[in-house]
Amino acid sequence: MRLGASTQSYTPYPGPMPLRITGAADAALIDLPWSVPLSAWPEDQIAALPRGLSRHVVRFVRHGDAVLAVKETNPHIAHKEFALLRELERLGAPCVKAVAVVTERTDHAHEELSAALVTEHLVFSLPYRALFSQGLRKGTLKRLIDALAVLLVRLHLAGFYWGDVSLSNALFRRDAAEFSAYLVDAETGDMHHSLTDGQRGYDLEIAITNIAGELLDLQANDDLDDSVDPFEIAERISQRYEQLWLALTETETLTSNIPLHVSERVKALNSMGFDVGEIDMQHTEDGTALTIRPKVVDAGHHSRRLLRLTGLDVQENQARRLLNDLDEFRTLHIDAADDESFGAHQWLTRIFEPTVRAVPRDLRGKLEPAQLFHEVLDHRWYLAQSAGHDVPMPVATASYVKHILPNKEDEVAVLGRSLAEMTAELPALTAEVGTTYAPRDAHENDNTHGWGTVPEPDDAEPPVVRRQTTRKPVTATPRARPTSATDE
Amino acid sequence: MATVTYDKATRIYPGTDRPAVDQLDIDIADGEFLVLVGPSGCGKSTSLRMLAGLEDIDEGAIWVGDRDVTNVQPKDRDIAMVFQSYALYPHMTVAENMGFALKIAKIDKAEIRQRVEAAAKILDLVEYLDRKPKALSGGQRQRVAMGRAIVRQPQVFLMDEPLSNLDAKLRVQTRTQIAALQRRLGVTTVYVTHDQVEALTMGDRIAVLKDGLLQQVGTPRDMYDTPANVFVAGFIGSPAMNIGTYQVFDGAAQVGRGRVPLSRDVLAGLKEEDKNHVVLGFRPESLDRAAPNAEGAIPVEVDVVEELGSDAFVYGSVPNEYGDSKDLHFEAGDSQLVVRIDPRDVPKKGDTIWVTIRAGEQHTFSAASGVRLSSGGVTTKSSPQK
Repeated sequence: MRLGASTQSYTPYPGPMPLRITGAADAALIDLPWSVPLSAWPEDQIAALPRGLSRHVVRFVRHGDAVLAVKETNPHIAHKEFALLRELERLGAPCVKAVAVVTERTDHAHEELSAALVTEHLVFSLPYRALFSQGLRKGTLKRLIDALAVLLVRLHLAGFYWGDVSLSNALFRRDAAEFSAYLVDAETGDMHHSLTDGQRGYDLEIAITNIAGELLDLQANDDLDDSVDPFEIAERISQRYEQLWLALTETETLTSNIPLHVSERVKALNSMGFDVGEIDMQHTEDGTALTIRPKVVDAGHHSRRLLRLTGLDVQENQARRLLNDLDEFRTLHIDAADDESFGAHQWLTRIFEPTVRAVPRDLRGKLEPAQLFHEVLDHRWYLAQSAGHDVPMPVATASYVKHILPNKEDEVAVLGRSLAEMTAELPALTAEVGTTYAPRDAHENDNTHGWGTVPEPDDAEPPVVRRQTTRKPVTATPRARPTSATDE
Repeated sequence: MATVTYDKATRIYPGTDRPAVDQLDIDIADGEFLVLVGPSGCGKSTSLRMLAGLEDIDEGAIWVGDRDVTNVQPKDRDIAMVFQSYALYPHMTVAENMGFALKIAKIDKAEIRQRVEAAAKILDLVEYLDRKPKALSGGQRQRVAMGRAIVRQPQVFLMDEPLSNLDAKLRVQTRTQIAALQRRLGVTTVYVTHDQVEALTMGDRIAVLKDGLLQQVGTPRDMYDTPANVFVAGFIGSPAMNIGTYQVFDGAAQVGRGRVPLSRDVLAGLKEEDKNHVVLGFRPESLDRAAPNAEGAIPVEVDVVEELGSDAFVYGSVPNEYGDSKDLHFEAGDSQLVVRIDPRDVPKKGDTIWVTIRAGEQHTFSAASGVRLSSGGVTTKSSPQK
């Protein structure tokens, strides 16, 4: 057997066959039952069984504190996918983190077994089918498609042709009011210097077909209301993709006020969440105008700013929301207004951390800290609307923790039902961010309460306030939710 | 249905100098099954993707029927890429799985049903149309996946290593099914594989590529009988052809103690740059046992005998006390040679057997260029004979 992965060589195995881990960062991988076909792995090691018709055997496996996805395939495909995922990770694309390739497996009778690709599960990620069991609204469905469009644009910018774009080949993380999508299955993909229009167009064509098929399948199982038109939703990816692609890559021809135009373009891209690394500027042939085109764009404008200011590593829209709250905090607190870094630190210790730490340990598997903070801000807005005046953060937090959070599903490790539900780690910190901040544990100093006394929330249910009209779920049969935390 | 024409089609990847596909010229007949084959990096997949519209064509053109598709988007080329591993949707019936994509193209229901039924008939799936995929066997599921491409009624099917993630047994079954299905449908098909056995068994014609250059196009028989150069000779056939470089003395190639006579054409074709050497090729199955020191016979010292029941192969070496051993280069290893022999008359390890090359089954190539010298005429047809 041979394990191919990242760092150094290691040969500890006393068994009958020569065993080699080429660079697996995690030596304990060797303890997994590699001499047994994946389909027969002992149940105490299996975290969940994906259902549906799969082209490969895939199992989620408990491994220490983590969950790994193991996929059996032929060695050629396993190595190819491993290399692609590593390359995408290096490029900062949102995708599964590849852990190892295991080859030369044999069973106890020395029969050859399939090679396996091992990837890491992305915490707090959701397979799309899991979202459809939660009373999904049509707007949410559109946001899933939008997230997939952003993912596809980012992969295409990196030169990755996917070849099998679909909802089930991605995982979704809540990202404030939006979702972020992560690539799960790179098996059909290829890296290119840059993609041709034909490759991008074909990826979109595949996406439309697959999304339509996936939604039709949900309808066939009464998981999605018939009022939703799968074809209309599927087409949406093409529109969103084209809009974003154009905004990021369009060449503009300018004749006057050039510095202003350039800075406007950069600002517009920033507000869409992208940083501009390089801009191509060229004189037109007649020399009367200048063409500009963003050459290197990186997603994560807001998340990088938040990371720089606070050390919090969160997703883009969460970062946007947190930064808004931070900016608001600084306008209200004179002492935090002058120095941005000092203000950020004040906000972190006085607002963000106390909010997150007010969550009892047993409820922490429900949402990521940044997502929880986003939801508390929303909750606070509802409370304030109802009360007709501002509600302090501690009060809103206490109310949220008592009334809302216990009714949420646990989302720390939702392992799903569709074919390729393997998972990803967030992209590693980029060189630009460096190691100035160690990733911060939001729950550090467990349960210390930055606000001093814990306010006692009202016993009464919080008022129901809708922002706009009542929107009905489009999932035809919303699954019953647990009624209290004790049901978890 | 349509013909496909590669007209000096060239692909140069950005940032590279050497074309990935260099002036490819092939005419594919209407209804023909053409296999592009070659080692990894030879340009076969790039050639296919150029036809699909996934790779730009930097020079030359590609035609489908009488339409120049060089600058046409993939979805407008009327071509279907066939994947072996389509996802099947578990809650939809077989008919829905096969037909749903047509709704995107706004084809009406009655037409969809009619196309699905027609495809199901060809695929032997009629009685399963209203069932769910779960009720089907693995092979039937694959046929449903094929059905998804068939109902689109494209002009051309494209398949890129569709069997690569199947196990060996299923691969053999599926390749037979695909070949049979293609003949029943009669749709022009271009198929890419690195496996020469797959190419020989499936294709009406085979195009062998290496380093972006077309080496030879022809029927499986052409490729086997008259390989155009040393590369094709070594690539096609299993076990591979014995190929070695030998000095020419007195109108014969000196193979160890054996002398293999060369034809007049070959000798006339020798050039100065060949330095009085030829590359000689002979397949393991083209050798007959002969008496020691018989005219034209080569001595082979037996290292290993591999018995397969129906066949037996001798892996041996040519004792080489006269020749220069560095001149011996066989596929099986330097100065190793493979001989198919009668499984009922098997020599022992260490024995020396003598073999002669059967008349007309000797391949001679230029030592300098690798191009075929022997007569028999190379049939490199870039146009089909249909």
